[in-house]
Amino acid sequence: MARNLSSILDTQKDQIFTRRRVLLGAAQAGLLVALGGRLFYLTVLQGKHYTTMAEENRSSLRLRLPQRGKIYDRNGEVLALNRQNFRILLVGEQAGDVNLALDSLSLLVEVSASDRERVLREVKQKRKFVPVVVRDDLNFDEVARVEINEPDLPGISIDSGQSRFYPNSLSFGHVLGYVGPLSEQERNDNAGDPLFELPDFRLGKNGIESHYEEELRGRPEIVQVEVNAVGRISRELSRNEGKTGDDLELSIDSGLQNFAMRRLGEESSSLVLMDVHSGEIQAMVSAPSFDPNGFTQGMKTETWADLRNNPKNPLTNKAIAGQYSPGSVFKMVTAMAGLNAGVINTSTTVHCNGSYTVGDSTFHCWSRKGHGWVGLDRALKESCDVYFYETIRRTGIDALAEMGRRFGIGEPLGVDLINEKPGLMPDKAWKLKTFGRPWLIGDSISCGIGQSYVQTTPLQLATMTARLVNGGKAVIPRVVRRVGGRLPEGMPHAPFDDLKFNPEHLQAVLRGMDAVVNQAGGTAYASRLNEGGWEMGGKTGSAQVRRITKQERARGIRPQQDLPWEERDNALFVAYAPLKRPQYACAVVVEHGMHGGWVAPIARDILLETLRRDQGFNIANDQPKVQGVKVLTPAAPASVMPQSPGGNASPDSDPLDSAPLDSAPGEAD
Amino acid sequence: MAIIASLIGRRRQSFTEKLVQMPWGLVIVVTILCVIGLFMLYSAAAGNFDPWASKQLVRFAIGMVLMLGIATVPIRFWYRASYVIYALALILLVVVKFQGSIGMGAQRWLDFGFVRVQPSEIMKYALIMALARFFDQRGSDGASQWLALVIPLILLAAPVGLIAVQPDLGTAVILIMACGMIFFTIGISWWVLGGGILTLIAAAPLVWHYLHDYQKARVLVFLDSSRDPLGTGYNIIQSKIAIGSGGWTGKGFMQGTQSHLNFLPEKQTDFIFTMLGEEFGFLGAIFVLCLYGIVLLYGYRIVSRVASRYARIVAIGIIGFMFLSIFVNVGMVMGMIPAKGVPLPFLSYGGTSLVVTLCGMGLLMNLWIHRDARLGAGGVED
Repeated sequence: MARNLSSILDTQKDQIFTRRRVLLGAAQAGLLVALGGRLFYLTVLQGKHYTTMAEENRSSLRLRLPQRGKIYDRNGEVLALNRQNFRILLVGEQAGDVNLALDSLSLLVEVSASDRERVLREVKQKRKFVPVVVRDDLNFDEVARVEINEPDLPGISIDSGQSRFYPNSLSFGHVLGYVGPLSEQERNDNAGDPLFELPDFRLGKNGIESHYEEELRGRPEIVQVEVNAVGRISRELSRNEGKTGDDLELSIDSGLQNFAMRRLGEESSSLVLMDVHSGEIQAMVSAPSFDPNGFTQGMKTETWADLRNNPKNPLTNKAIAGQYSPGSVFKMVTAMAGLNAGVINTSTTVHCNGSYTVGDSTFHCWSRKGHGWVGLDRALKESCDVYFYETIRRTGIDALAEMGRRFGIGEPLGVDLINEKPGLMPDKAWKLKTFGRPWLIGDSISCGIGQSYVQTTPLQLATMTARLVNGGKAVIPRVVRRVGGRLPEGMPHAPFDDLKFNPEHLQAVLRGMDAVVNQAGGTAYASRLNEGGWEMGGKTGSAQVRRITKQERARGIRPQQDLPWEERDNALFVAYAPLKRPQYACAVVVEHGMHGGWVAPIARDILLETLRRDQGFNIANDQPKVQGVKVLTPAAPASVMPQSPGGNASPDSDPLDSAPLDSAPGEAD
Repeated sequence: MAIIASLIGRRRQSFTEKLVQMPWGLVIVVTILCVIGLFMLYSAAAGNFDPWASKQLVRFAIGMVLMLGIATVPIRFWYRASYVIYALALILLVVVKFQGSIGMGAQRWLDFGFVRVQPSEIMKYALIMALARFFDQRGSDGASQWLALVIPLILLAAPVGLIAVQPDLGTAVILIMACGMIFFTIGISWWVLGGGILTLIAAAPLVWHYLHDYQKARVLVFLDSSRDPLGTGYNIIQSKIAIGSGGWTGKGFMQGTQSHLNFLPEKQTDFIFTMLGEEFGFLGAIFVLCLYGIVLLYGYRIVSRVASRYARIVAIGIIGFMFLSIFVNVGMVMGMIPAKGVPLPFLSYGGTSLVVTLCGMGLLMNLWIHRDARLGAGGVED
């Protein structure tokens, strides 16, 4: 009975069991299918996505910094090179106790507290096997001490990198510029370029280093490597050979550059010397200068503060970024404008009685007693202001501005350096636009002698001179001759466009510039070049940096020497040589140098030195040194002060070769 | 045929007869899975037999012998030994609590010098055998009675508690779920099952309270895998990348970048399916899943064919563990369920896992060989 009952129950139970078993099996089958579906989703539907992620996981780019191109002068002397930079690296993983490792290291070489703090921080931040730089720029003594003891210094090793070095540092700071680590801005601008993320990467910051950055930089060697989960390299996947940066050959002559630097001395001044036909700059100096190595190797805070606060602006390349009223050196442009407009000719004469009145404004000539009847030759030679007041009154400002621009004034010339300033060549439209006021005749009068709004850079003055003497060709100056053995791309070179000047006009102006230097009574006669059969032509200029008031004029003008330094006139001189077959043009600007005649000897000396160095000009080997060269010994640094360069540097004309104004240009109506 | 069948049902089979009766298809499928596992271990060691494939091969050999042995032992022996085995397993669990060596932050191992044993693995089969024995005896008066529920719950609760405090929550949960399947199939009413599930849900906050931080983290990361992409979630993300990057046919044997560059942790154990997917793609992985499906189908065929209640319940339990291990492991490496260290049957490196799983297969085969045997309440003879 019980047995029967149990078998009935069993049968019931078996039915339940069968049902439930099927349900369970179905559920399990369903979940297995879900697994299969998920597998399909991951591998087939999302396969591409995950393949990319796996590739990103395993491959990593390794870049090797390309060697930066070297920079040579025109004679092959190296000006910028890459020097081995020895440093101490520490690998946290191998060192164990980093503090202990640094303790034992500091017994051998100095490890400052800040270095120690930085190392400890970096070891913590970076992966254990990534080396951290402990010290940079070791000398050989330090390298040797660490290297000998390396077995006792686990995790510490000597490594060498590259750092930029400028052997001829003192006269090339402005031209070469320097390299430095990236600023935040530069990093953001180049985000995505892995080269810019390398800790050792340095970017050209100024001068040639910056302008030719891309050529100098080269291409990094890019190695795609396979890395494992902790970042260790397991093998190389692909390799893209890098390329060393292009070497640059400058047109600058290092010897000449050094000569010019010494010749300028400590004056706040600048000088440009260029080939009038090719535009090649052979010397470009801005004084005082700075040592570019300070920027690559780290600079003391005080040095940096001195550079920044120095009133002579050592950080600015004044040859391209200093904008000065050209003063009387601009008179050639006024003359060319007058001749070109036909309002004057070589036989035109103007009577100078020491002042010139337009409307109710009076403009003075630097010579209070006046020059009497003057023609163009004597007007240039003695720098008569009244002659040019009359010329510009007849010519008008717009014709003058047009002529100025043909000479390269008012716009950047496009020299291959950064931060070149445009200067300013005003005209009627410019004044209306800038000040909202119409042009006045008094504005023109001042502009005619290179005062008022007219602004030029020394480079523009040299170029202006070159264009006058090369037959009117629109020569463009440049400092780099060859990039990687080729002509630099994008830099114009000879033959240059013809500026379409009338050759007779040019000759008339050059006669005047000849007379300035080579005729008794010329403003630079004392500085004439008369050696080895060479002569030069030139023009003096001095530009007021402050206005002379009526009261001062009434009291009598104080000699420049009695004024505070920053109130003295800027002194300018442009020159070219040789006189008969011009090859070189030179512009010198000495801030607050008082009179162009006093800086003329600098131009003369540099031109002479240039000609001597130029193999194209056959010269006797045993030329006696001129006095200007003799004073260039370190014991007697050159100065443009009239008392120091020797007797022949003292001008024989009145130093006040400027156009003193009674009132502001805008008020002279 | 009928005569032979009736003969087998009535009298003891000879060893040769038992060999003939072996479900050889199942043996072959299991062998294929193990061999695939050996290949994957060879690949995981970057083309070396050491350190994993060689050891696993030895365990495979031991496991196969044990499997065949267990399969051919008279089922009566297992039937009678059920409670004893359970008691032994329980003792081992207690011992491991106090003596066990610590691996991965939990006390799971017993070291006998020559072999290291994970008692929780043994407990899986001991528990289902004990439950089967119990339900078999209570067959007539039915599992619907309260006492019939309380005793199995105690049988279950004791090992679950011991395993949970190791702590090895995953195995504990798997134990509960496999037993749930047994309860379900033997016919516990839906009401009781529903009540049980509700109780578990109600207990969840309490369980959460006792979870270790790393366990909490796993659950949280599962719920939001972007929560911690370089910590707990990292393994799962890398595993998905590895499987996904396999595409249709995979990167080729020993060509998996994710696994060989160590983006995959534990690739020889918990993440061996990931490696398979990466190197053999969708086709390779689905092939292995199908093999598992065949194993489970064999299981259901045995369930539906065996005569005794005991055998049915044991078979359901073995299938349940097999299924849960596969689902939890594969689901985990594909980011479907929270990360949990469950080995993949036959493939994962690990001595206890492979040997015990093969033993389980031996038990399943034993049920097939002795499918007509009548045991306990269902029949007195075997």
